[in-house]
Amino acid sequence: MSQILVLVDHVDGAVRKTTAELLTIARRLGEPAAVFIGKGFDNAASTLGEFGAGVAYKVEGEGLEDYLVAPKAEALAAVVEQAGTPGAILIPSSPEGKEIAARLAVKLSSGVITDAVDVQPGDGGPVATQSAFASAYTVTGKVTKGIPIITVKPNAATPEPVGGAQPEAVTVAATPSEAAKAARIVERRPKEKTGRPDLSEAAIVVSGGRGTNGDFTAVEALADALGAAVGASRAAVDAGWYPHSNQVGQTGKQVSPQLYIAAGISGAIQHRAGMQTSKTIVAVNKDGEAPIFELADYGVVGDLFKVLPQATEEILKRKG
Amino acid sequence: MNIVALVKYVPDAQADRGFRADNTLDREAVDGLLSELDEYAVEQALQVVDKAGDGKITVLTVGPEAATDAIRKALQMGADEGVHVVDDAIHGSDALATSLVLAKALEKLEYDLVITGMASTDAVMSVVPAMLSERLGLPQATLASELTVENGTVRVRRDGDASSEIIEAPLPALVSVTDQTGEARYPSFKGIMAAKKKPVQTWSLADLGVSPDEVGLAAASTAVETVTARPARQAGQVITDEGDGGVKLVEFLAGAKLV
Repeated sequence: MSQILVLVDHVDGAVRKTTAELLTIARRLGEPAAVFIGKGFDNAASTLGEFGAGVAYKVEGEGLEDYLVAPKAEALAAVVEQAGTPGAILIPSSPEGKEIAARLAVKLSSGVITDAVDVQPGDGGPVATQSAFASAYTVTGKVTKGIPIITVKPNAATPEPVGGAQPEAVTVAATPSEAAKAARIVERRPKEKTGRPDLSEAAIVVSGGRGTNGDFTAVEALADALGAAVGASRAAVDAGWYPHSNQVGQTGKQVSPQLYIAAGISGAIQHRAGMQTSKTIVAVNKDGEAPIFELADYGVVGDLFKVLPQATEEILKRKG
Repeated sequence: MNIVALVKYVPDAQADRGFRADNTLDREAVDGLLSELDEYAVEQALQVVDKAGDGKITVLTVGPEAATDAIRKALQMGADEGVHVVDDAIHGSDALATSLVLAKALEKLEYDLVITGMASTDAVMSVVPAMLSERLGLPQATLASELTVENGTVRVRRDGDASSEIIEAPLPALVSVTDQTGEARYPSFKGIMAAKKKPVQTWSLADLGVSPDEVGLAAASTAVETVTARPARQAGQVITDEGDGGVKLVEFLAGAKLV
């Protein structure tokens, strides 16, 4: 069985859920091997082993965090060289992950598939499933040249721990080339922490749109009662009511949670592209003609400022 | 300040898009237009040249005959000239081949800055900018929500989940811009008239020294195996709030074991 490389998504060694999902997928395809770039490997090692990584390639180098994308693509290429010919390379489908995949594809002359919602073993290589045209189509495909590079979206698999031991650590040296250091990160402005789950990974998302008139209090309260992430439509973001990092839609995040609640969102194609693969969709809107009701499993025609607080209260009451 | 703005001619995202028998995008069934997300690239190019005081904006596209419409729209917005790479052999090209053709075309052009949109509205892969940066050895300052050029340096703000990053790179560089950079202008009547006289060059693969074997469906490094229309979501139950809409909503969630 060949190695399946998984690029670990982490912040200083705190491993994100997507990594556990990718390792779970990698086990279907071959022998999972984690690729850890940056600081904090010791914090991450046990989690990587728990989800089945037998080997962990550890890339530490000066300044890997100080430049945009290019040094990480170089580091990953160095790991691929050391690993021989892996069966596939799985990368989280974040903006950075997709750019790393893009550069790696050029370096290795390998095909790349982005935004996979599922990956299964197939004859002659992994078969990836994608959604196309605002999720109107489901497409399966495979890489036919080089080492398959596949970026995988959050929630593509349910993480299954195997209780493995600490992975065998293999250190790979990588110093960013001068060319890779051309685009320098000169400043980082941390976002305020909300304590809510990450939008792309959340099991439940409550989103607000134009109908909130800029007041997200009711949306946030319902989200907190449900332990949900908060999303926003493009209209709400463009109006400056909510940060762009919370935008759900074609130019924001594409989410597919277990439950998506759209409040005061009409359901334009731009928004549907980001949420219509959700398992269950609930809509609250004053306008009974809003297109969002065409895809909702349950809809309430009414004032979100009345319906949402009542629902929040009911949930808290049931929780006791 | 010379800028090349990359644009793509795409099927209208508002229409019912589909696939051809060879599993490539059907570019005929639906009207095409300049990808909405590339309008932001053209807008930023115009603003950078405005601030610099002088400069030239070349609009570059790879696509079928009709793609010249996308160039024309960018020229109407205010870009100066167009380059259209068109060749039957390009049909069905994947991102790797498209980036190869674009890179070869860029090698023939003079520029300080290459500006692209954040993604196309059809394939939505968002990989071509990084591929171009890799091929051309250009500094990559991508997914900019804000962009300024000063003293030979491009400075962008890239918004992530945990933080916003400020990135600086020396020119020449490649930048992709998001829809957060600010609304794109509409062509004025004067702009529409002026665009008719602006030059558009047409280049073939031979002009770029690219072999037809390197591009197109046959050379693609990925293959689509199946295409299935997703069954339309069925509208479920819709109730009108009569004072107990919130409670009923929670009853639905409880019934579906979601709370």
